[in-house]
Amino acid sequence: MAEPLPVAILVEDERQIRRFVRTALEAEGWSVHETDTLRQGLIDSGTRKPDLIILDLGMPDGDGMTFLRDLRGWSSVPVIVLSARVGEQDKIGALDAGADDYLTKPFGVGELLARVRAASRRRRDAGAGLGSIFEFGDVKIDLSLRTVHKGGAPIHLTPIEYRLLTLLIANSGKVLTHRQILREVWGPSHTADGHYVRVYMGHLRQKLEDDPAQPKHILTETAVGYRLVQSARE
Amino acid sequence: MPTLSEQRPDPDLLLAKVKRQEAEARRGKLRIYFGSSAGVGKTYAMLVAARKLSAEGRDVVIGVVETHGRAETAALLADLEILPPKPMPYRGKDLYEFDLDAALLRRPALILVDELAHSNARGARHPKRWQDVEELLAAGIDVFTTLNVQHLESLNDVVGGITNVRVWETVPDTAFDDADEVVLVDIPADELLERLKAGKVYVPHQAERAASNFFRKGNLMALRELALRRTADRVEGDVQAYRVDKSIESVWKTANALLTCVGPDAGAERVVRAAARLAGQWNAEWHAVYVETPGLQRLPAARREKILGTLRLAKELGATTAVIASADVATSVIAYARNHNLSKLVIGRDPARRLWPWQRSSGQKLAMLAPDIDLVEIGRADGVMQNGDARTSSWPASPGVESSDRRKFKQLRYLWATLACVAVTLLSMPLAAHFDRSNIVAIFILTVVLVAVRFGRGAAALAAVLSVCSFDFFFVPPRFSFAVSDVQYILTFIIMLAVGLITGQLTAGLRFQARVAGHREERAGSLYEIARDLSGAVQIDQVVRISDASIERTFRASAALLLPNAAGQLAVTAPRTETALNVDIGIAQWAFDKGQPAGFGTDTLPGSEVLYVPLRAPTQARGVLAVKARNRRLLLIPEQRQLLDTFAALIAIALERVHYVEVAQDALVRMESERLRNSLLAALSHDLRTPLTVLVGLAESLTLTKPALSPAQLESAEAIQDEARRMSTLVSNLLDMARIESGEVKLNLQWQPLEEVVGSALNATQGMLKQHVVEVHVPRDLPLVRIDALLIERVLVNLLENASKYTPPGSRIILAAEAIADQLSVSVSDNGPGLPAGREEAVFQKFTRGERESATPGVGLGLTICRAIVESHQGKIVATNRPGGGARFTFTLPLGQPPAAAEEAEAAHG
Repeated sequence: MAEPLPVAILVEDERQIRRFVRTALEAEGWSVHETDTLRQGLIDSGTRKPDLIILDLGMPDGDGMTFLRDLRGWSSVPVIVLSARVGEQDKIGALDAGADDYLTKPFGVGELLARVRAASRRRRDAGAGLGSIFEFGDVKIDLSLRTVHKGGAPIHLTPIEYRLLTLLIANSGKVLTHRQILREVWGPSHTADGHYVRVYMGHLRQKLEDDPAQPKHILTETAVGYRLVQSARE
Repeated sequence: MPTLSEQRPDPDLLLAKVKRQEAEARRGKLRIYFGSSAGVGKTYAMLVAARKLSAEGRDVVIGVVETHGRAETAALLADLEILPPKPMPYRGKDLYEFDLDAALLRRPALILVDELAHSNARGARHPKRWQDVEELLAAGIDVFTTLNVQHLESLNDVVGGITNVRVWETVPDTAFDDADEVVLVDIPADELLERLKAGKVYVPHQAERAASNFFRKGNLMALRELALRRTADRVEGDVQAYRVDKSIESVWKTANALLTCVGPDAGAERVVRAAARLAGQWNAEWHAVYVETPGLQRLPAARREKILGTLRLAKELGATTAVIASADVATSVIAYARNHNLSKLVIGRDPARRLWPWQRSSGQKLAMLAPDIDLVEIGRADGVMQNGDARTSSWPASPGVESSDRRKFKQLRYLWATLACVAVTLLSMPLAAHFDRSNIVAIFILTVVLVAVRFGRGAAALAAVLSVCSFDFFFVPPRFSFAVSDVQYILTFIIMLAVGLITGQLTAGLRFQARVAGHREERAGSLYEIARDLSGAVQIDQVVRISDASIERTFRASAALLLPNAAGQLAVTAPRTETALNVDIGIAQWAFDKGQPAGFGTDTLPGSEVLYVPLRAPTQARGVLAVKARNRRLLLIPEQRQLLDTFAALIAIALERVHYVEVAQDALVRMESERLRNSLLAALSHDLRTPLTVLVGLAESLTLTKPALSPAQLESAEAIQDEARRMSTLVSNLLDMARIESGEVKLNLQWQPLEEVVGSALNATQGMLKQHVVEVHVPRDLPLVRIDALLIERVLVNLLENASKYTPPGSRIILAAEAIADQLSVSVSDNGPGLPAGREEAVFQKFTRGERESATPGVGLGLTICRAIVESHQGKIVATNRPGGGARFTFTLPLGQPPAAAEEAEAAHG
């Protein structure tokens, strides 16, 4: 069947930013709806059944966080947050409130499109269910057999490392905050032990990355969390 | 039969014991060498013991030791450290005294201070040496000292009675009883006498005659017995304490507590000492009260001061003291005893029955009022005669404006009473013809009552007598003669006289009660006033003003508040009052540091005219209140002192409140300004970044448009994009700098592997380092380091960016890290042109760049930010030139104790 164009809603108060984001998204085959208030954005999200929302956190008519919490009450549509704020707490807050990804202004069109692709693929994958084989670089993970190979050689992972890896794979391309990782892997009582995550991420990198000091796939979003990227330029 | 549960120690008592032990652990230990008289060898024994300890390696110093020229004693002093005495100018020559401050400064483990009973020269900090010793002990220094039995306060009069020689230098029994060890130095009387004959006993020249009386065998034996007994008492006390220590049985008989009354007679001190001895023997707490009756209140100031002095003596001997104002001694004493659960009453035997009607039977009266309370009567000494003398002589010898005024008033009221009687007589003369004589009697009685109300007891008595006489003379037939024809008038006279006297007495009592109530109300009122005023004060100035005014009003005294600065040094708030008061900052500082009152009326520098009361608030001392009363006696009355202490507490609390108000305001202002700055920075950041975002985005969209741009156009679009990004970095740097400079950067410290930060820094600088060769030397086993990852990433990014900017393409950049001792050292080096010689430090200054004129873009903020960040992590950053050419930036971060390894967590989950 002729698939209709995917719909993106762009909530942004700056006209020029809307302009180039719309241009870029339309070039990628999206149908874009622009609004310049959060209120209208929320209404559109309900009525237009979007496949993606791009949200500026600093809107004049309110706080983007509130928008996110409202939205997550009834929708799981991917949300990419644009922010001029530099405070890491804002990013973590937005991610914890349910945003899928974030971009700090100024951002390039290339970065934006990479995030958009990752988000829509995740959505697609979520619909289809994760395949049993996942690959990045020369690493191959068989999720059904629970085996990990790098360059053909089997790699032994501890239970926690494996759980961490599967969590990253399930959210491939998306930023996971320390808190989210701790909750998923260690359980809700460990949310303050941030160094667990860092230590185990270090272990994973040493086992899976070519150069752990210059990782290509398991990337650090400094002070925010981690992101698994499948191909180097995503 | 004690059951098991009764044997169990009471937790409260155990707690008290633990607390006591804690206090004792901090305190120095006191050992007293105790003897029956001079010459038994106390100093010698003390020195022998000290030498032994010194040989064992203890830090022993001789504070003061009197050898009295005895060679064998002096020989013991050899090679022990001796503290030089402090000269005190006294009447033109110097007296040499023990130097307390030097001893505290020297802080030996053990100090020898001979002659505990010694009185210091005027001007020393404490009037008595035992107070010096007290301070040494409080400072945690152990003390050895010596003491003769006749210097013990409670035995002082007993020894005086035995030997007829009274010594005036005394030590309170508490000092003796609180000593950790008492060593009795004892030789038989005969041996002592032999030593005396051999000239081995020091006798001051001026006291030789007295000494010959003193050193008689009978005396010496009695003294020896006293010393032995006193030591035995103490040992028993030790045994009891040990028993309490071991199995806390109900040795505490709180019901054993006793009460003694301080009266106006000379024998009062004797009673107090006796009570102290009894309390000591029974191991009981004791109270001393002084009941101030109207009669006692009329005593001349000197005698009242003497009574208060006796009360102070009781306090020194360990009593709880109180002054009660009441007309009825017996009732108020019993009430006090019942209120405080005191089961024994110690009173002096009444003097010969003549002076005070209630005193005549005070023993019986008390016994009647409270048959359940034990009564101990202390026999009178020789003092009866002397007492009478004192009484008669002290009346005329009471100078002072106050008392002569009072006498004038007294004479005046007798005159008024007489006049009133004369007037009534004259007035009644014409009435006598018309009215019955019984009515006339009523008029006279009315007069007596009125006189009593207005002029008090004496005048009422006079009026009563005069009325009777006048009635007899003018109205009773035969008139104009004192003869009485009808016998029944005798009864009338008696009744008239009785009514007059009784009314007078009652009225005077009422007046006294009213005055006492008035005083009490005055005190309550002034307390209420200062509390109300202080509660409204919001500034230090107001507190100072209110305190000054209130103390002036209540105590008729000038006051000054001394408040500490940040370093705890006191300063006077109002310089004017300082000069008026003649405040001694040294004493005030002492009072402040020790938290104890000093100066007038206290144990510390009582010679001062000013009383220094520390202002102790719940959290800390807030200052010192200096008070100089115009009527000094006012400050010696316990009630007044208590009132002053309450004032001090109120002022302290007010000062503390003001302090916290200021703290809160400061915090509020800081929060507000921080909020403002943050919102300003956020707004600035938003407003600057939005157009930059548009620039970057639009320029990039241009490059992506179809059909594709010409190469020249494409280059322009890319240039716009690059410049806009550079602009953005610059804005970030400026905003960061502003934030760091404002001192408001809060580090988000987390335990991080350095590798991760290095990785993200390299990731961020990937683009600009394309043309350089980057080597990374980060060992895998580096410990975790506690940093703000984002900020340290900034440091690395800035350093890498610098390296890329200031080196030609193709240069090598090496990022290396290693742990050296307790520091993590990270360096970024290149093989470029290096830093201009001598400017290695200057590159960290704001807006400084390696070379003045350079086409290399960027404002010299990067390194300044690096330094600020590293220093906020307690690290250091330095720039050097590498020996082989090129620059090297090295920064260090402190390595702490990383949290427990996560491996355990793995075991738990794996």
